[in-house]
Amino acid sequence: MQAIGLHVVDWFIILFYFAFIIGIGFYLKRYTKSADDFFLAGRRNSSWVAGLAFLSANLGALELLGMTGNTYKYGMYVAHFYWIGAIPAMLFLGIFMMPFYYSSRIKSVPGYLKLRFDEKTRVLNGFSFAIMTLLVSGINLYAMALVLHTFLGWNWDVSMWASAVTVAVYVTLSGLMSAIFTEIIQFFLIWFGLFLVSVLGIVEVGSFGEIMRRVPEAFSKLWSTSADPTQNGMLISWGGIVLGLGFVLSFGYWTTDFLVVQRAFSAKNLRSARLTPIIASFFKMAVPFIVIVAGLIALVLAKDPNSGFALMSDAGKTNYDSALPMLIARYFPRGLVGLGITALLAGFMAGQAGNISAFNTVWTYDIYQSVINKKASPKNLLWMGRMATIVGIFISVLTAYWAKSMPTIMDYMQAIFSWVNAPLFATMLLGMFVKWITPDGAFWGLVAGMGSSITMYLAVKFQWISMSAITLSKVASDMAANFWRAWWAWLICFVVTIVVSLFTEKKPAAELVGLVKGLTKETAFEPVPWFKKPAFYAVLSLIVFILLNIYFW
Amino acid sequence: MAENVKKMKPIWFFVGLVLLIMGGAILAAGLYGLVAHVESNKVLARLHPDIWWGGLMVVVGLVFILANKNVTVE
Repeated sequence: MQAIGLHVVDWFIILFYFAFIIGIGFYLKRYTKSADDFFLAGRRNSSWVAGLAFLSANLGALELLGMTGNTYKYGMYVAHFYWIGAIPAMLFLGIFMMPFYYSSRIKSVPGYLKLRFDEKTRVLNGFSFAIMTLLVSGINLYAMALVLHTFLGWNWDVSMWASAVTVAVYVTLSGLMSAIFTEIIQFFLIWFGLFLVSVLGIVEVGSFGEIMRRVPEAFSKLWSTSADPTQNGMLISWGGIVLGLGFVLSFGYWTTDFLVVQRAFSAKNLRSARLTPIIASFFKMAVPFIVIVAGLIALVLAKDPNSGFALMSDAGKTNYDSALPMLIARYFPRGLVGLGITALLAGFMAGQAGNISAFNTVWTYDIYQSVINKKASPKNLLWMGRMATIVGIFISVLTAYWAKSMPTIMDYMQAIFSWVNAPLFATMLLGMFVKWITPDGAFWGLVAGMGSSITMYLAVKFQWISMSAITLSKVASDMAANFWRAWWAWLICFVVTIVVSLFTEKKPAAELVGLVKGLTKETAFEPVPWFKKPAFYAVLSLIVFILLNIYFW
Repeated sequence: MAENVKKMKPIWFFVGLVLLIMGGAILAAGLYGLVAHVESNKVLARLHPDIWWGGLMVVVGLVFILANKNVTVE
């Protein structure tokens, strides 16, 4: 396989980026004096800083490559991940959930579970989140080394260790603040480094309308082919998209996954915290203009025999993830290639830093301070946060080697989210909005939800039951199975939590003030004009979201 | 410590710095290619995307730097 060649100016850009972010780590260390500085970036970020970091923590290079490749494979259906699979949940978090999260001054999502329910629910979620984060972090690291090896011919071990050590240095030095700084720089690099691919692709094909005309109808529609799963590439019906992706997986991820929510906790006040996911929602809706458009351009060019464009193939099997790198190689001259590669590298490392900064917080507060050393001093917690960063990175590297030895490990990524996040969303929803939900109800609901999700996954994997028993359809893809499994896990957690709560002891209402709707005095928001209110921007975002869905219906 | 905290530059300043330096390198490479007639086999090379895109990055970078030159955050 021919690797993409780099010129000296490309190397300059890549090496400059590495030096720059390590330099930022040292620069910010001067301002990282307390545990709050390290774990919550001192709670002094504006809504723009927190909002862009909120989005960037999710916008890894694995996603950029994977979603462009998926668009080549499935067409416009991939946009569901960016629109119905994100926007309603982000707006719900900003408008309805953030007041409870932010006002309770918690340091982590498990921290909320401790206040609302009890210690055992917190520790259960703390452990499951820590394990999930390290697994995802390691798989990201593995994917990055794989991409650099495949497309640039770089040595696998050197690529992985160089990135891991860089992330370890700057996160250990200044924690969440340096993670947020690099996430925002990554945001700009991704737009400047990759949006040009779409621009040049549209210029080459002629227009965006021409691209849409040249792809098959099933690839250019969002909803009109969703009534029958056999009519779309994802083999899924609108019910699976709405319930599994749009409701459970999306709300489970965007409203409870500490990796993203932590960015909102770093905001300077409640209004900024509420605006964080709302501002991010506008940019989330724009990401398809990089990944979906690039994927469709690759599809159009590959179908045109005169274009000379083809995806890479490994042993006769098409490598869909090569769509974006192949377009970079097609259009970008020297210098811009370095920028494109740096954008991907920045995406990988910012994703890694996001995972590690979330891990060190949950480990330090929800496992170390909660279980191991209940009397830890703030200085000791800061030290433990730095140690957790180094150890977490090291475990990620080990996980990456493990992933390398198991070629199917990538399949587990979506499954992991449906094990942890989907049931947790039921727990959080009931916990925040229903005051008679009990600590035992929450704990056993979470155990039942997570247990059932893992059991369903194993049952299908080892063919104890047919996939159609979960998806309620004769045809289904693995993606459809993930959506439906998430829905059932959420439902089981929801029902078990309610049933157990009916028979177990409730917490006194006085202990739930500030944590549950109905027992909390409506937050007195600072008086601001209507055009500065979070609700105004949420409505604007919702209107754009609806228009996009109608336009591509 | 309080004095140090006041001196911290906002993230937007660093974004400007990255865009300026990277954009400058891309612009310089593009101008060199144009002047030295370096052959390119890239599709749409005649549009010289490195020159105008690198130039755009330099301009945006400068705007971020100048707008935040005297700004500090706590």
